[in-house]
Amino acid sequence: MNRTTRRKALSSAFVGFCALSVLIALVPLALVLSFVVSQGIRAINVDFFTQMPKPVGEPGGGMANAIVGTLMLAGLGSLMAVPIGVLSGIYASEYAGTRIASLIRFAADTLNGVPSIVIGVLVYGIAVLPFKQFSALAGGIALGIMMIPIIARTTEELLLLVPGTMREGALALGATRARAVFTVVLPAALPGIITGIVLALARISGETAPLLFTAFNNRFFTTSLRQPISSLTVQVYTYASSPYADWQRQAWAGALVLVTIVLLCSILARVATRRLESMHAR
Amino acid sequence: MILTPKIEVAGLNFYYGAHRVLEDINLRIQPNQVTALIGPSGCGKSTFIRSLNRMNDIVPGARVEGSICIDKQDIYAPSVDVVNLRRRVGMVFQKSNPFPKSIFDNVAYGLRINGMTSSREELRGRVEASLKAAALWDEVRDRLQTSALALSGGQQQRLCIARALAIEPEIVLMDEPASALDPIATQKIEELIYQLKSRYTIVIVTHNMQQAARVSDVTAFFWLGRLVECDRTNKLFTAPKEKLTEDYITGRFG
Repeated sequence: MNRTTRRKALSSAFVGFCALSVLIALVPLALVLSFVVSQGIRAINVDFFTQMPKPVGEPGGGMANAIVGTLMLAGLGSLMAVPIGVLSGIYASEYAGTRIASLIRFAADTLNGVPSIVIGVLVYGIAVLPFKQFSALAGGIALGIMMIPIIARTTEELLLLVPGTMREGALALGATRARAVFTVVLPAALPGIITGIVLALARISGETAPLLFTAFNNRFFTTSLRQPISSLTVQVYTYASSPYADWQRQAWAGALVLVTIVLLCSILARVATRRLESMHAR
Repeated sequence: MILTPKIEVAGLNFYYGAHRVLEDINLRIQPNQVTALIGPSGCGKSTFIRSLNRMNDIVPGARVEGSICIDKQDIYAPSVDVVNLRRRVGMVFQKSNPFPKSIFDNVAYGLRINGMTSSREELRGRVEASLKAAALWDEVRDRLQTSALALSGGQQQRLCIARALAIEPEIVLMDEPASALDPIATQKIEELIYQLKSRYTIVIVTHNMQQAARVSDVTAFFWLGRLVECDRTNKLFTAPKEKLTEDYITGRFG
């Protein structure tokens, strides 16, 4: 074998390994999706979205309370994390010097790496114990704490991508720094920031551990912030680990709804991003 | 001809940290004239022009000694509000930097943030006048609401000029405004500069000596952070006093 053919063979072997790795990485995704869809679709029906859970032994029923609970918890988390996360990102990118910015980055990454169960325990200590009550609010706080570092980091990174000449342009027209940030830099980075927020949402709506100690679970329908509230993840966990076949089937359906919500979030983010970008570049 | 200088720079030293980039600059810039700053890369001419509207303030470690007076007022005095200064001293950058907004919103930006118009009609009128002054109106009048990013490079740069003119500055600083443009777009910008000088005091940095010769009344030659020579443009290019200037303009180095 001469050098050229050997080089070519080596090159195609390398490309082959890369492609193979992608395939292997995709296998779990395909398995999860196919399993969740094939199992979940059997237990899913209109009742699942509109009915409350039935007691053991009684067939039928649904997870209306858990679906609403998940949406509420995610909403509460965002309400808390979006302003704090975006503003922290702005501070890190626009105001903090390089030293403080890298400290903020380090802190955000650390917080992001804290196991979610630990955050659950923390919020149990600060928002459950003092009131002697599990609550939707506590669950929202736990999810919010998890979202903050993700949103802060995305915001910072995307703001740093906005060219410095854009800031200078605004300053040269007599804008203060804050003005320049809010009227020029932030709007320029907005599509990406929105994507980051939605991805953070998708990520936390699949969390179970931080909710076990905070929102707990509730067999009944509630929208009260001060009551424990059900969520799809906790409900799936409870049902899947139960010995009853009917509950187990419903757990699959819950998983399917959860995966669909996450998928919808991602698609929504993409569409919104593209809309905004095309507005900028038309 | 004795005029009161619009800008008077005296004993200006400029530092980035411990590094001195401008050394004892003394220069008078006359009103309603075009002053060109020439010199090789890294000679400090960009730093100099950016010190005239205190754009360097945002660079960490930047420090100024000496004085720069505009209409006899030291712009580095503690009482000076830098935002007000920048309203009076507009700037056009090397790389056109339109905001990712519509053409209209780009020109209206300075008017809006400075609260300079009281009605929508007035705003529209000022935007139109600025686009006309920047010789862009005829090309964009039908698409003011489309994104500024869709304009060509030359149009974007004229948009940036329109944006700077909209807030009616007294001085317009241009940092190599045509360096990224093709000859036709460059020619348009040069014609524009020529027209604008009746209303504004213009300071332009350029790498292109022909451009300096074409558009400016006065040329200042910078070399390694020092101002070597400043004279009427036709005089500086035909009969420079300094050997260094002659070597540079005849292309013997640089």
